[in-house]
Amino acid sequence: MFPRPIAQVSPIARFSYKLALPVVLVLWLLPFLGVAVTSLKPAADLAQGNYFGWPSHLAFGNYADVFRNSPIAHYILNSFKVTIPTVIGAVALSCMIGFALAVYNFRFNLLIFFIFVAGNFVPFQILMVPVRDLTLKLGLYNTITGLALFHISFQTGFCTLFMRNFIKSLPPELIEAARVEGVTEIQIFWHVVLPLMRPAIAALSVLVFTFIWNDYFWATVLTTGPNTQPVTAGLYTLNGQWVAAWQLVSAGSIVAAMPPVLMFFAMQRHFIAGLTLGAVK
Amino acid sequence: MAATGEIRRSYWRRNQRALAPWLFIAPGAFMFVIYVVIPIFRSVTISFYKWDGMGPKVWIGLSNYAELWGDPAFVVSLKNNFIWLLLYLLAVPAGLFMAIFLNQTVRGIRVYKSLFFFPFVISQVVVGLMFSWFYAPGFGLFYKLTQMLSGTGIAILADERFATYGIIAAGLWPQIAYCMILYLTGLNNVSPDQIEAARLDGAKGWKMLWYVIIPQLRPATFIAAVVTVIGALRSFDLVSIMTQGGPYGSTRVLSYYMYETALSEYGYRMGYGAAIAVVLFLIMMLFISGFIWKMYRDETER
Repeated sequence: MFPRPIAQVSPIARFSYKLALPVVLVLWLLPFLGVAVTSLKPAADLAQGNYFGWPSHLAFGNYADVFRNSPIAHYILNSFKVTIPTVIGAVALSCMIGFALAVYNFRFNLLIFFIFVAGNFVPFQILMVPVRDLTLKLGLYNTITGLALFHISFQTGFCTLFMRNFIKSLPPELIEAARVEGVTEIQIFWHVVLPLMRPAIAALSVLVFTFIWNDYFWATVLTTGPNTQPVTAGLYTLNGQWVAAWQLVSAGSIVAAMPPVLMFFAMQRHFIAGLTLGAVK
Repeated sequence: MAATGEIRRSYWRRNQRALAPWLFIAPGAFMFVIYVVIPIFRSVTISFYKWDGMGPKVWIGLSNYAELWGDPAFVVSLKNNFIWLLLYLLAVPAGLFMAIFLNQTVRGIRVYKSLFFFPFVISQVVVGLMFSWFYAPGFGLFYKLTQMLSGTGIAILADERFATYGIIAAGLWPQIAYCMILYLTGLNNVSPDQIEAARLDGAKGWKMLWYVIIPQLRPATFIAAVVTVIGALRSFDLVSIMTQGGPYGSTRVLSYYMYETALSEYGYRMGYGAAIAVVLFLIMMLFISGFIWKMYRDETER
């Protein structure tokens, strides 16, 4: 193990390490902690210049205000409406593509794979004008469907890279054995490979959920107004309205950040497995 | 009828291994071609036109590209993109040191690791707001700190000399967390035998890190560098949230400037915006093609 395990060093070093951990953590999370504390401050505290101290009392009312006086609940609902279909769509499509690219040897296999991989790294901006135009022509501009359709397509690139490599690592004997039994290719996909892909599906679902929830660029390009905008874009609008009402901006930020954070802490293992795929050989 | 059904079924039976992959690929590929592949080519085409997004397109050849060279806003954006790229790459070593710091087994370390990582999960919009608060002139924590140290507080985001760096610092926060998690996984897989052998040979500290550990972390370093480069070139959210390109356009990056010219009150100049996007795409292609080339070598070696 590197560095040398702390259990093997002097007691003083061990003690200072244990002391350093929380200190470094607090420094690291300072921007977050600042906002979290601010979100619980009564407006009067900020007016009196109490920006850093503890709140004079815990003003959970800020959160109630955010929900009562802004369409944030609506924005959050929109976020779910975009995110959940995208997760299902992108994961389903990429399961099938990943299966095809990993299991079969056919012409253009690698070429198709690399087109998906390359598309995944393209800067969004080059897609912006044509995708906006296409969405307008389909009559889907400023609809949740229009936004979700784009997300599904774009995320399919990333998910395919992931799924294909995952299926490639499964033992090929499984598929050969099924073929000898006379099982059709579709049944192989459904009954042999798909059950083994559960960890990959879980990992991808959490990752895609986070990516799409946090998307801001496409939300501003393809939607406008509280009926369709997801919470990232909504928060930007609200920030403009709540000038200098930092307790509200903070509470809104925390609310908007919550779903992926909860998702992350609940499914940490899968999340990290998905993110670090490829970081080890 | 039954006979044709029989023939069809046996045709499928005989050829299913040739047909199945295409069937599985078709739906996803269709979506991907419509929304990703074709738009790339369309953007390139549009960049040769003058177009407001609604009316007729007028062919103007390379005029959009010619205009870019004389456009100071474009030059500033390009320069800022390079600053982003350079400074963003600091996330890679910073992430490595953080991973080394956390790669211990003491009580509660798993909770520490997840807490250190979690800025990455937060939306960049929220990260941007957090740092805006951090930098806020008058009462921001950072402002107070500079006031204490130098006598006069610095309003980072309102000062054209520093604003870009302030935004990059905000971007580094989640990016370092990302690199850290890649390296933590990498460190987990470093061969303990080699470390022991090196220890017996008297290697320790920096020497150990440089000659024994880092070479074994190559895959993690590669991924960390790729995602960091892409993140730096894609940077849009933070600029939009924190400064909207200001003050005086000093924090624009290509992606933001492109958005501004094509979709904001500065007018709907789709062709010009597309030309900026193509330049960004070409810069990115330099990196993507290197990445694909490495993957291609790995695939064909096996």
